[in-house]
Amino acid sequence: MTESPASVDEEIESAEQDMPEDDVERLHGSAVVVNNNQTVVHTGKAEYHDLIQSLNDDGYGVCVDLCGVDYLGNDTRSLPVTVTAERFELVVNLLDVQASRRLRVRVQLSEAAPMVATITDIHPGAEAMEREANDMFGLEFEGHPDPTPILLPDDWQGHPLRKDYSMGRIPVQFKAVDGR
Amino acid sequence: MSEAEAEERASVVDPDDERMIINMGPQHPSTHGVLRVTMELQGETVLRSKPVIGYLHTGMEKTAEDLTYLQGPTNVTRMDYAAPLFTELTFSLAVEALLEIEMPDRATWIRMLMCELNRMSSHLLFLATNGMDLGAVGMMIYGWREREEVLRFFEKVTGLRMNHNYIRPGGVAADLPDGWQEDVQNILKVLPERLEQFDVLMTGQPIWRERTQGIGVITTEEALAMGATGPILRSTGYAWDLRRAMPYLAYDQVDFDIVVGTYGDTFDRYAIRLNEIRESMRIVEQCLELIPDGPYRAEDRKVTPPPRARIDESMEALIHHFKIFTEGFKVPPGEVYTAVESPRGELGCYLVSDGGPKPQRMHIRAPSFVNLQTLPHMMHGGLLADAIAVISSIDPIMGEVDR
Repeated sequence: MTESPASVDEEIESAEQDMPEDDVERLHGSAVVVNNNQTVVHTGKAEYHDLIQSLNDDGYGVCVDLCGVDYLGNDTRSLPVTVTAERFELVVNLLDVQASRRLRVRVQLSEAAPMVATITDIHPGAEAMEREANDMFGLEFEGHPDPTPILLPDDWQGHPLRKDYSMGRIPVQFKAVDGR
Repeated sequence: MSEAEAEERASVVDPDDERMIINMGPQHPSTHGVLRVTMELQGETVLRSKPVIGYLHTGMEKTAEDLTYLQGPTNVTRMDYAAPLFTELTFSLAVEALLEIEMPDRATWIRMLMCELNRMSSHLLFLATNGMDLGAVGMMIYGWREREEVLRFFEKVTGLRMNHNYIRPGGVAADLPDGWQEDVQNILKVLPERLEQFDVLMTGQPIWRERTQGIGVITTEEALAMGATGPILRSTGYAWDLRRAMPYLAYDQVDFDIVVGTYGDTFDRYAIRLNEIRESMRIVEQCLELIPDGPYRAEDRKVTPPPRARIDESMEALIHHFKIFTEGFKVPPGEVYTAVESPRGELGCYLVSDGGPKPQRMHIRAPSFVNLQTLPHMMHGGLLADAIAVISSIDPIMGEVDR
């Protein structure tokens, strides 16, 4: 991946001036960290839509990927101090095709209300991906034009990729072997 | 709705309204598997359409959470069954990024060689099915024949024609077999002539052109907004190719051109794939010359198994072997997104590790899944007969769409 932390740094500097004083780097008011040479922005669900809009104006004009993650039972996650860990995360991978750089947005969503504003008004291509995240994790996208199941059958109960959704098993029937 | 209501509604229908809604698929020979498209028609014109997917959903992302990192490629390779090596590659790159291990040069070049051959076989499959969909039935036989040449080489190297499980975290499963250069050269020798024949059969034919030119047009802005990548984006004239824009493996050391179209129509998408076979052949030729000697997988005994002969003489080798194949190796906690340019576009893998031997979450960003969203847009206002041409030109692989 050819992330270019230098160009992101410039933006961080320009955004930093009216920000509260702590040692967390910020981009449009949200904490930025660099993981494995990849730029990651952590945000909450209230700021999420505005952040995607601002990043879109910065050039991150393609939403390449959007998926949910369930962190139930995972205590190894490292987050910036300003971010409160929640059970679900919405992960959006953005691409800037002009400058050939990537950026990832991670949104914390609570177990009680895993709802967030849709970004299909900014990135129409996120439509199918949001429907998939809804199927798999039960994340709800407010204002989505077509919030119907996409991969699962219409009458499916539950959200399979949640960690507390048990895998169905069919017991294996062994036949008795004659002569033993 | 009660019966009375239904009757009332039926009575207000405009008798001159000839719109109707039909389903195409999921069992239709030209929908490339189990794709259903619901279309609203006015006579022969398609007004609105909606791809209905999920018929092949098998929960592979859930399965991945129950497999070790070494077993992972056996799972992901079944997603895009026409280009299985690319999914293995993006998964392996993600695991290696979290492990922070160095790849030997030979492993990198073997991966590149195999992936480019796979791109050729995948595009040949496209030419076969695209030809068949549009009535050039002979093309189906020719495309399949050429693809078989490549698959025969894959069988020799990996043991299987498809679903190879060849590219694994830490390198590749085995070194290239003796005499592989001749096999690759044979493929490179027969293919150019056959591609010329395809040009004669299809590219220059007035019937072919009339069937494809100006059909299913999409612009650069629309493609980018929809997240479409690969030949669909390049057909609009936008030269975006991850091999060039964000080089991975050793693509910055080989010489190749990005093929772009002009009009963003079905013909451009066909021509791009045909010519990308030629570009892939150029890369394969350079791989033949430049491939270095050395180990074909990382010499890290915590990640790759020891050579079979070492197990008989070394206790540590036996322990490493046993640990890798029972418990699996542990990957440091973290998350990473890697992307490669598959024949269909950006193929990404988002991997979250909790420090154990199995992923916490493994998500594949499937190009076909995203590209399929452009379908209603391309078909809008076109003829029903052209719908087939447009679906075919997206080249969706349903195993990857539904996962």
